[in-house]
Amino acid sequence: MTDLGWIADALAAARPQAVAALLRYFRDLDSAEEAFQEASLKALRNWPKNGPPRDPAAWLIFVGRNAGIDEVRRRRREEPLPDENALSDLEDVEENAAERLDAADYRDDILRLLFICCHPDLPATQQIALALRVVCGLSVRQIARAFLVGDSAMEQRITRAKSRVAAAGVPFETPGAPERAERLAAVAAMIYLIFNEGYSAAGAEAPARASLCDEAIRLARLLLRLFKTEPEIMGLAALMLLQHSRAAARFDAQGDIILLDDQDRTLWNKGMIAEGLALLDKAIRNRRPGPYQAQAAIAALHARAARPEDTDWAEIDLLYGALEHMQPSPVITLNRAVAVSKVKGAAAALTMIEPLEERLSGYFHFFGLKGALLMQLGRAAEARVAFDRAIALANTATEAAHIRKHLDRLLKESGHSVAAEGAA
Amino acid sequence: MLYAILCYHSEDVVCAWSGEQDAAVMEKLAAVHEPLARKGKLGPVARLLPTTAATTLRKDREPALVIDGPFAETKEQLLGFYVVDCESLDEALDIARDLGRANPGGAYEIRPVMVYNPGTLST
Repeated sequence: MTDLGWIADALAAARPQAVAALLRYFRDLDSAEEAFQEASLKALRNWPKNGPPRDPAAWLIFVGRNAGIDEVRRRRREEPLPDENALSDLEDVEENAAERLDAADYRDDILRLLFICCHPDLPATQQIALALRVVCGLSVRQIARAFLVGDSAMEQRITRAKSRVAAAGVPFETPGAPERAERLAAVAAMIYLIFNEGYSAAGAEAPARASLCDEAIRLARLLLRLFKTEPEIMGLAALMLLQHSRAAARFDAQGDIILLDDQDRTLWNKGMIAEGLALLDKAIRNRRPGPYQAQAAIAALHARAARPEDTDWAEIDLLYGALEHMQPSPVITLNRAVAVSKVKGAAAALTMIEPLEERLSGYFHFFGLKGALLMQLGRAAEARVAFDRAIALANTATEAAHIRKHLDRLLKESGHSVAAEGAA
Repeated sequence: MLYAILCYHSEDVVCAWSGEQDAAVMEKLAAVHEPLARKGKLGPVARLLPTTAATTLRKDREPALVIDGPFAETKEQLLGFYVVDCESLDEALDIARDLGRANPGGAYEIRPVMVYNPGTLST
């Protein structure tokens, strides 16, 4: 058996950098991807024979560029390039090749590649699909599985996204500082979207989608290596690591969601927690707070609590307060109300969320929380009304099942027949 | 003689491992550690978080400067280290070869230890 696993690993690791640089040469996503494919095929033939090159990304970029050389020559005059055998046999040639690729270009290359995936004309689902295909190198089939659609539907979605991007024109000028910051923010938002596609999945779809969380974390680490001093990128990576650390504890054997308070905390991934806490620590030292850092700090307080009752809800209340200030949103106020209910009681929390009802009238979690608070206050009839609304608004069977458990409890306490009401 | 085995590998590659791949490598490494530990040859072992979690203190100026990120930009990064007690460099190299079979790719730098203080950590 020939073990080519290491080549697959090296190709996957080099992909974002290589495709991003090839995009700069070819100025077209399809050509960049084709050139990378071609270079990967040559790597599969060449590397087992000659051993891995010292810088796989530089090798792939040069060979990919060679593969598309006719194309390049047609568009603009370029010096001929050494062929790939010479590249890996003669170290000085490779060294030289790596030298000629300006390391500083890589940063803007990768940012550009990610940025064109989050073009504002593209709906979120297309942004994510495009990034997963082009940057992460997931196959159409893998992406289709994660989105629970057929292969051909996903193929079409990606093709449409690519033609929209092509029509919009790729921004090739080197960005100035404000454009760079803007791109970085858009890319961070897209990475968090990818993460949430994976994180919000429940039940049978959860395993297929969990890999999206890993891909998002990988992309955040990649960005962090390029932009080492951006506290919000550290915050984003920390947030995702701390949330994903709970993956093994979040679902029961039936695939139903287990709430934070009820999770077996020994199943939380200690390595991810350590990395998340370390990144948050670093971020906070920069004293440039932002929404990702605030959310990561909240996740960190949960991660630090060995038992649910050890959670520092007062600090979480403060952090949600800060987040409300940075990013006013009724959903954040709703989350804050959970902390308030723990610190000041259900009545205070209920007062806080009542003004939100109009704006959150279509939001499952609003009625779930409202019902739970009313239940705590012994207002069973009103709680039931809220829970019924929640069930009607549930996005997944798991969400509905969770509310039904509350309803069953209410009904038991008030002496109703569970079966009769459950059928209603 | 004590030797440090400094483990260098491409972080891009290691971070791209799936949970299963990572666990499989750790398991194979544990099988190499076990006989070394039994013979009293294995000192401290550390696996480091990615360099994205690193902070550097530049102390060649006053006040010292705190920089986000690793000390050096390298194609392969320092991702962990061992301290082993060996009769000779050859023995240290043999151990490194065994570790390398369990965890291919990258490089080990074998450095003799000048001063060793086991410290007081209990974990």
